[in-house]
Amino acid sequence: MSSDNRKYKWVGTRQIRPDGHDKVTGRAKFGSDFSLSGMIHGRVLRSPHAHAIIKSIDTSKAEALPGVKAVITSKDFQEQPAELKAAGEGMINYRDMTRNVMAREKALYDGHAVAAVAASTVEVAEAALELISVDYEVLPHVIDVDEAMKEGAPILHEEMVPSGMEVNGPTNIAKFVEFNLGDTKKGFEEAEVVIERSYKTEAVHQGYIEPHAVVASVAEDGQAQIWCCTQGQFQVRAFVAQLLGMPASSIRVTPSEIGGGFGGKTVVYLEPLATLLSKKAGKPVKMIMTREEVFRASGPTSGGSMTYKIGATKAGKITAVEATIKLLAGAFAGAPAGPACMCAVAPYDIKNVYVNGYDVVVNRPKVAAYRAPGAPISAFGAESIIDELAKELGIDPLELRKLNAAKKGTQAAYGPTFREIGYEETVDIAMKHDHYSAPLGPNQGRGVASGFWFNIGGESSATVNINEDGTAVVISGNPDIGGSRASLALMAAEELGIDYDKVRPIIGDTASIGYNFLTGGSRVTFATGLAVVEAAKDAVRQLCERAAKIWEVDAEGVIWENGHAKPASTNVGDFEPLSLANLAAQAPKTGGPICGHNAQNVQGAGPGFATHICDVEVDPETGSVSILRYTAIQDVGRAIHPSYVEGQIQGGAAQGIGWALNEEYIYNSKGQLDNPGFLDYRIPVASDLPMIDAVMVEVPNDRHPYGVRGVGEVPIVPPMAAVANAIENATGVRMSALPMSPPRLLAALDQADIKEAAE
Amino acid sequence: MESIEFQKPETVDEAVKLLQGADGNAKILAGGTDLLVQLRAHMIDPSVIVDIKSIDETRELNKNADGSYTIGAAVAGAEAHERGDITADWPGVIEAWDLIGSTQIQGRASLGGNLCNASPAGDSVPAMVAAGMTANIAGPDGRRTLPVEEVTAGPGKTNLKKGEFIVSFNLPAKPSNGGDAYLRLIPRTEMDIAVVGCGVALTLDDSGTVTSAKVSLGAVAATVLVVEDAAKAIIGSKLEPEAMSALDAACQAACKPIDDKRGTVEYRTKVAGVLARRAVSIAAERAGKN
Repeated sequence: MSSDNRKYKWVGTRQIRPDGHDKVTGRAKFGSDFSLSGMIHGRVLRSPHAHAIIKSIDTSKAEALPGVKAVITSKDFQEQPAELKAAGEGMINYRDMTRNVMAREKALYDGHAVAAVAASTVEVAEAALELISVDYEVLPHVIDVDEAMKEGAPILHEEMVPSGMEVNGPTNIAKFVEFNLGDTKKGFEEAEVVIERSYKTEAVHQGYIEPHAVVASVAEDGQAQIWCCTQGQFQVRAFVAQLLGMPASSIRVTPSEIGGGFGGKTVVYLEPLATLLSKKAGKPVKMIMTREEVFRASGPTSGGSMTYKIGATKAGKITAVEATIKLLAGAFAGAPAGPACMCAVAPYDIKNVYVNGYDVVVNRPKVAAYRAPGAPISAFGAESIIDELAKELGIDPLELRKLNAAKKGTQAAYGPTFREIGYEETVDIAMKHDHYSAPLGPNQGRGVASGFWFNIGGESSATVNINEDGTAVVISGNPDIGGSRASLALMAAEELGIDYDKVRPIIGDTASIGYNFLTGGSRVTFATGLAVVEAAKDAVRQLCERAAKIWEVDAEGVIWENGHAKPASTNVGDFEPLSLANLAAQAPKTGGPICGHNAQNVQGAGPGFATHICDVEVDPETGSVSILRYTAIQDVGRAIHPSYVEGQIQGGAAQGIGWALNEEYIYNSKGQLDNPGFLDYRIPVASDLPMIDAVMVEVPNDRHPYGVRGVGEVPIVPPMAAVANAIENATGVRMSALPMSPPRLLAALDQADIKEAAE
Repeated sequence: MESIEFQKPETVDEAVKLLQGADGNAKILAGGTDLLVQLRAHMIDPSVIVDIKSIDETRELNKNADGSYTIGAAVAGAEAHERGDITADWPGVIEAWDLIGSTQIQGRASLGGNLCNASPAGDSVPAMVAAGMTANIAGPDGRRTLPVEEVTAGPGKTNLKKGEFIVSFNLPAKPSNGGDAYLRLIPRTEMDIAVVGCGVALTLDDSGTVTSAKVSLGAVAATVLVVEDAAKAIIGSKLEPEAMSALDAACQAACKPIDDKRGTVEYRTKVAGVLARRAVSIAAERAGKN
């Protein structure tokens, strides 16, 4: 932890973010703000059916409408191979992807794209959609994960063969995964208390405020430019290249500012359609989803159905856990069953763990990543049953967690042995926090829960250009969702020894910087931060070489301190230090421009842990829940920009509270989404939440020069169980299914009253 | 893609003529907080939009000599809220009106619009009904007055005839020892539509006995309900537990809600009784302080 003791000038300070002024004044350009001259407008025709064979599509009337410039259907997309191809961290099935962006044989969910039109105005494009006639044969549909796994359920993909298991005949199960540590049979034999429970969570949307938007322009020579709101311009390039059969070199993708993504903008919906429409029409094409389209056709994360079995000694040592986690994937395989299983009990040192998971297709939009994909679902079950165990054993729930806390050297059920981690510290701080001992009033309760997320590294490229006046430009390739530009600039300023406001961080397009894996997995400040640090070190090395040249000494004889080149010792010579500005001004004479660069596949992400405390008040007559107080404690490695780390913690907790209390997709009997808007899809509003108290614990990641761990995802893992545990504490009623909305909670409270009366 | 004609008459007669001539496809614009949303969502496709805000009567906001108020149909919530006198006399009406939308929406949202949008869940309506408000209607056959509860006919439907529109409302003088209240249940704390709403106005005598009462429920039937049995349950009582239980039961019995994305039949019915008890308690407390 030597790096922990260093004094930093910029790292750890709260500076104004480089994109702050533009965002506050409205100058910042988001996805839908971009326009080109001669641009036309695209709209998508979407299936009104949850499950239907597309027998034919007649676009002739639409094509004949004056003002219509291009119409596309699945016929305009080449078939893709069914094999999985590596794309970044995950494996992509392009056969599924081409069918998701444009339905082929079947429409698989309400809102599934079946055709698209580009026309001179949005109104003409919309009128043209109404002229497209689609002959559907409506099929029975299935929305629920448990229903989809039953025998006789409507089958989405007749040809689908599940991986990881043998099944006779067609199935909706795409994948089975399992993780085993120790011997759970033995573990349960050692247990003195065993509890078994089932839990269910709803699919929830990421709820980003900015809808998907794109402008695509394909020139006559086949060169394409795409401007869009995305979490990964390089992913957009790769996906469009594959789907449209274009070389990556002919596609240049520029990311806009992004109004939220949370994982939901790591995939493509409109980009391939706009590019193809532009190619056909010979004009730039702009497409913006309506909010209704965002809900019907993008995101969400999986809903889950789980069983947990936990065993412990009376002293509170957990001896075994078994769990089955079934996740709905939407219309195509890809539910985060693996991560859900791996994260389930990761905060704990348990010797015997067996967890399995299912990835199950249903007639809903294909799931996309959402903040720690899978982990919040499995944690709702795990952290609820641990709360029940604490009650059963008569042990304080935080004490029970401390007794079983994973530490440095603990082997996680999913394989690795933890290095420096700060889980136990989060529990210790929670136990000592004045929130944990504050008095509670009538109908009030307190709950706690913990959470884990891996965090990732991945491919990052960065350039640090030293300008002639002694300032610097940092070019990286990750869209800035959570303040990463500020963090990258702080680390660059620290390395170069110049002021923060002399460093300008820029996000490059796909043609201006080397490959960067997308903004996700809480990786940017960690992994791209590491590339920026290395690029700055590369620039410093060059600066030292220039000083050596001026002084006519060996480069090894020059060191860099506080933004100046200095002789390493008096043996080298007696030279006045040369500032970065001085060296930059002399650069033309000493060898030309000074540009630091680094590109690598960054390893060594440090896992994140959190423990949350939540106080609620329940209105026993209406089932309404008020969140009275909320404290989120998290090991953040090192907070490069503390305000944005706190912002991540608060945002994650807020989204988790929404997931806990009100968010759900409401489908009618035909499988059509009944609440595709923020009025009835209820994310929390500001007045629903107290100020969320973010408490940062800094246990530095020993594999990053500044100790950075990803911080953006783990804060959404504990809230659902923290809220459920608090409701149980307030009412005595255990809510085992989300959301815990007023009607559901009131029904559960009434049921409990009836039961009590009967007893 | 067809163009929409926009008209801004300055007199009631002009407005009536425009509405009459529009072939049944005219829409009235007051605050526009529902109309513009419906236009953008393609829920409506009017040929004429008649903006009534330039007609003086629709913007009038006066306390009359007898203590009653005239409130123009296009007066915005913020304008009424900022006057202390209506809030002092009829806090329930103002609270209900104030619940419609955010601060920005409050600068536009009108009682005329909230009533004529004819949503069963409109927040201001149960409070207006409980307070005994009436609507002053102008039309081709001249003027007429309707109690607010008789204006709506069903979801999205009113009893206004072709060419008719609401010019203003009358809010009665506050009775001595009178109090009113409006409560609604929404799953969130803001930016939502009532799952149940309940407006109550009542008077007490010096001993604290309820001498008159009107109880109105929103979002539990096709139109806002006046629950006479609920009023009967508390008139003559001092709001003892038995009277409150009878009130609760009467409200539950009156509910004819639907199951939809905002609430179940069971939930709406149960909560209607709860809100009625709570609203009556608040109204009585307010009446007692007078």
